This record gives sequence, structure tokens and C-alpha cells, in this order.
Amino acid sequence: MNAALDSAVSIAFHGLAFAMVLYLVSVGLSITMGLMGFVNLAHGAFAALGGYVAITLMNEAQVPFPLALLVATLAGGALGVLLERTLYSRLYGSTELNQVLFTIGLIFVATAVARWLWGPLSQPLRPPSYLQGEFDLWFRSFPAYRSFLIVAGAVLVTLLWLGLERTRFGAQVRAAVDNRRMAQSVGINTSRLFTLTFALGSGLAALGGAVGADILALDPDYPLEHLVYFLIVVAVGGLGSIKGPFIAALALGTADIGFKYLLPQFGAFFIYAMTLAVLLWRPHGLFGRAR
Amino acid sequence: MTSLAEAPPAAIEALARRHRFRPSEALPWLVALLCFFAFPDYLALGTQVLISILFALSLDLILGYGGIVTLGQAAFFGVGAYTAGILAVHGWTEPLSGLVAAGAVAAVLGVVTGLILLRTEGLTLLMLTLVVAEMIREGANKASQWTGGADGLQGISISPIFGLFRFDLFRRTSYLYALAALFLAWLLVRAIVHSPFGRSLTGIRENVARMRAIGSPVLIRLVTAYGIAAALSGVAGALLTQTEQFVSLEVLSFARSGAVVIMLILGGAGRLYGAFVGVPLYMLAQDQLAEQFPIYWSTGIGLLLIAVSLGARGGVLDLWDAAARRWRRRA
Repeated sequence: MNAALDSAVSIAFHGLAFAMVLYLVSVGLSITMGLMGFVNLAHGAFAALGGYVAITLMNEAQVPFPLALLVATLAGGALGVLLERTLYSRLYGSTELNQVLFTIGLIFVATAVARWLWGPLSQPLRPPSYLQGEFDLWFRSFPAYRSFLIVAGAVLVTLLWLGLERTRFGAQVRAAVDNRRMAQSVGINTSRLFTLTFALGSGLAALGGAVGADILALDPDYPLEHLVYFLIVVAVGGLGSIKGPFIAALALGTADIGFKYLLPQFGAFFIYAMTLAVLLWRPHGLFGRAR
Repeated sequence: MTSLAEAPPAAIEALARRHRFRPSEALPWLVALLCFFAFPDYLALGTQVLISILFALSLDLILGYGGIVTLGQAAFFGVGAYTAGILAVHGWTEPLSGLVAAGAVAAVLGVVTGLILLRTEGLTLLMLTLVVAEMIREGANKASQWTGGADGLQGISISPIFGLFRFDLFRRTSYLYALAALFLAWLLVRAIVHSPFGRSLTGIRENVARMRAIGSPVLIRLVTAYGIAAALSGVAGALLTQTEQFVSLEVLSFARSGAVVIMLILGGAGRLYGAFVGVPLYMLAQDQLAEQFPIYWSTGIGLLLIAVSLGARGGVLDLWDAAARRWRRRA
């Protein structure tokens, strides 16, 4: 009985850490897809960039961990602004197919650049000494870094919710997701809003890629390899929602760890089966709305 | 508003002639035959190109004409490939019946999944096609006593076609075999898109609500098209199995589903000839770039895709059309 409880706690713990990383990377994708209707398959490239920047700074220049994360986030956001202004914005009114073609092209370029700069092998994340080892709670001990992921993820999620629920910027984003034309008519500068949201989403993805590099292995194929999981989080959660992807990431994270632990011979089969079931039950995701 | 009867006679004439064969339509086939004689050392690559054209052509029927955005077409390609492979390993080595069986199995899968998936649209549909393909890949990976799992299906031997033409080392038979299959599939797809059924597919792509309003059975039409496309994809997969005499899990991969979509869009979707332009362009560029720059070749392909998506919204064929229009205006 104790053993069963122990594995349940273990699955919940690791699942939660995985969910935080999935959510950080995917939430930006959910908002930009809901806001601009843009099928951005290259979103994972921003996460990979964040991971590479942080790891390079820490391993090559001995930059402290928090500062490396900050730089990675800013780098992701900056690249987001640059690409949104120069390339993405040209394709807002374009067809879905064209957007798919464009973003897959971006993935190819990103993959080649990563291979050129960092080589084909996956880059290990070495957490600082104060986040290594185990962390003792009264009844058992947990890996310190994963505990940090859960706590930091929870803080960020709360900040994000407050930001989108309580600030003027958040209200504008929600208004534009609900009805873009109406938002434009009441004087919201949607084009600037798109750029800011895109930057925010890319920055969060970069942060997720950096802190999550020991869960989602960081190699040049990162944007394509993990794309299916990011898309599942977005589609199951519902486009344009903040809450939806969080619930979806929690479910996907714990289910993935759980099935791999309990039924490793079935691989990811059940994850796909669950996604299928949810999307047939609610085609617009758990918190999405028909549009 | 002018009615059709008042339209200029030239326009009516053009509508009536639309389905007739034009001389320029012989071009791809002449090029394919020319390549057979001109590049005898590249027939292995040529065979793969022909198979991919067939795969992309099947996708064009549903994506280009029906407007069904799918990222899981490799499911049908892979199921066809494994059907042909498993039949051959268990002693059914006759190739033509192998193709038919592969097409039939893929068609059944297409109709069954289509009946469930095609009730949705947009991102949901895209995700569902992707998820179904991933489930089938996981299934094939686990059913290793049938599929060979991650090691691939080995020990496939295929009898000569009609008992006469052996699959030779120089791939001459393979190339012509794939070319013949592609030609027949092209005739079929061409007939379908010019039929009333094909026109109604385009109608569904352009405006589902109107098609429903005029009483068109939308779901049945879409499922039918999905099943036909699945059958053709299955035949393409079976061709790959029979010419390579090996099947790996790669035939079911997400990468293959994605590649066929971008090859088709690159050429131009919904125009019947997009596959004939996009696939050779993509595969030859990839082959050349991979040879010259083994590590960085994907930059070139990526830039090509970005350039086409920004510059030519309807693929390469769209650029061609624009150039032709400009030339005609000047003349």
C-alpha cells in the first residue's frame, strides 16, 4: 500500500514539474493562436533559443542561473518582436496553408542554425549547486530542481493570471481575443497588441525552454520533436485561453509521466487516445469557444 | 447581376472545355520518360520522387480541393506500406494485387476515421488527424511480431510484374512501375476533380454553409474524398515497400505527413499539378543540398519555404501564372 502511495506521489510530483514546463512553453502559442489565428508551428524554436542562450551563458561564461534565465527570456522576447514585425505580420491575413509553409520553413532554418552553433548533441542543463540534490519534506525527500520548477512555475502562472485579469493590457488582450473588430473600433491598437503579446509568448516559451531543458532534452530537433505536445496542450486547452492550457498541461504532464511509469510498453499511445477523446467530446478544447 | 446565359460566349466555351486534355498536360509525362533515358544513374531517386508525387496528388484531392487541412496523411501511406510488406513476407508476393490490397485497407481506414474526424474543422481537425496518425505509429511500433517494430520489416521479396519484369538493381522496373501507377492515379484524380462530385468538393472548401443550404451532403462528400485519397496514399506506400523491399516506421512518421503537405503547398494546392512541381523541386533541392552541405542543408530548404510563403501565396505555379498574365498583357 505504501509502495503504491509512494509511486502516486512520485508521479504527481514529476508530472507537475513537467506540466509547468509544458505550460510555460505553450501558453504563448495559445494566446497568439487565439488572438491572431496564426498557426505558428515554429513556436518551439523560441523555447529552444531560450534553452541554448541560458545554457551557453551558464556553461561558457559562468553567468549565475537567475541572470541567465532573465537574459534567455529577453532574448526570446526580442527575437519574437523582430520576427513578428518583419515576417509574421505579413502573413496575418494569409491562408492557413501559407502559414504552415512559412512556420515549417522557420523550423528548418532554426534547426540548421542550432546544429551549426551548438552541434547535434543535446545540451545538458547544470542547475546551480543550491538547486542540486534532494529537498527534504517531512515525509520524504524530493529532487530540489524539480521542486524549484513547480514553485517557480506556480508563481509565474499566478503572475500571468493576475496580469491578464487585472491590468489594462490584459483587458485589451481579452477584448481582442473575444472580438478583434470590436476591439479595433473602440480604439485598441491591435497591431501593437499583437507584437507585445507575441513578444510575451516568445519570452515565456524561451524561459520554459531554459528551465525545462532537463525535462525536454535540448537538441537541434527540439522545435519539431516536441511540437506535438505543445499543440496538444493548446488544442485540448482551447485557443486564446489562459486557464485551459494550464489544465491541459497538468493533465498531459501527469498522464504522460504516469503511463510511462506504469505502462511503459504502450509508450504515448494513451496520451493520443485521451487527446482524441477530449477533442471529439469538446472540439474547441476544454475552455475554448466556438467562433 | 448577369446570368450565365448572358455571359460572353467565350466564358461559356471555356467552362465547357475545362475538362478536355490540353497539349501542355503531356509535359510531366514526357519529362518523366526523358529522365528515364537521360539519368539512368538516378532512377532510385526518381522512383522515390514519383511515389511522393502520387502521395502528394492524393493529398491534393482532400487538401487542395476539399479544404481538409491534415497533418496525418502518413497514416494511410504507412498502412498501405505495411499491408504490402506483411502480405509479401507471408508469401503473397504478386505486386499488383498487393497494391490493390494496400489501397483497400487504407481506404477502409480512411472511411472509418473520416466518419469520426470530418465532423470537426480547423485546428481541431488538424490535431485529430495528427493524433490518429501518431496512434497508428505507436501501434505499429508495439505490434512488432507483425511489423518488425523499430527494426523495420525485413525479408520482403516481390515477384516479377505479370511474371515478366523483375525488380532489377538499376531500378528500371521500379521507375516505370511507379510511373504507370502515377499515370493511372492522375487520370482518376483528374476525372474526379472535373466531375460534379469534384466541383461540390470545391464548393465545400469555399463555403460550407452555402453547400449545406443547397442540400449538398457535406459529410458524405468529404468522407468519400477522404477515403479515395486514403486509398491512393496507401497505394503510394505500397509502391515504396515493393520498390525498396523494406518498410520502416518512418513511413508513418509526423515528418512524412508534414513533408507531403509542404511539398504540395510549395507547388500549389488545389491545381492538380502542384504535386508535379512541388515534389520534384523539394526533393531534388533536398538531395542536392544534402550532398553539398550534409549538416546545414535544411537552411536552404527552410529559406525556400519562407520565400515561397511570403512571395507566392499559391505556390510556385502561382508565380508561373502571374508571369504568364504579365506577358500576355504586354503582348
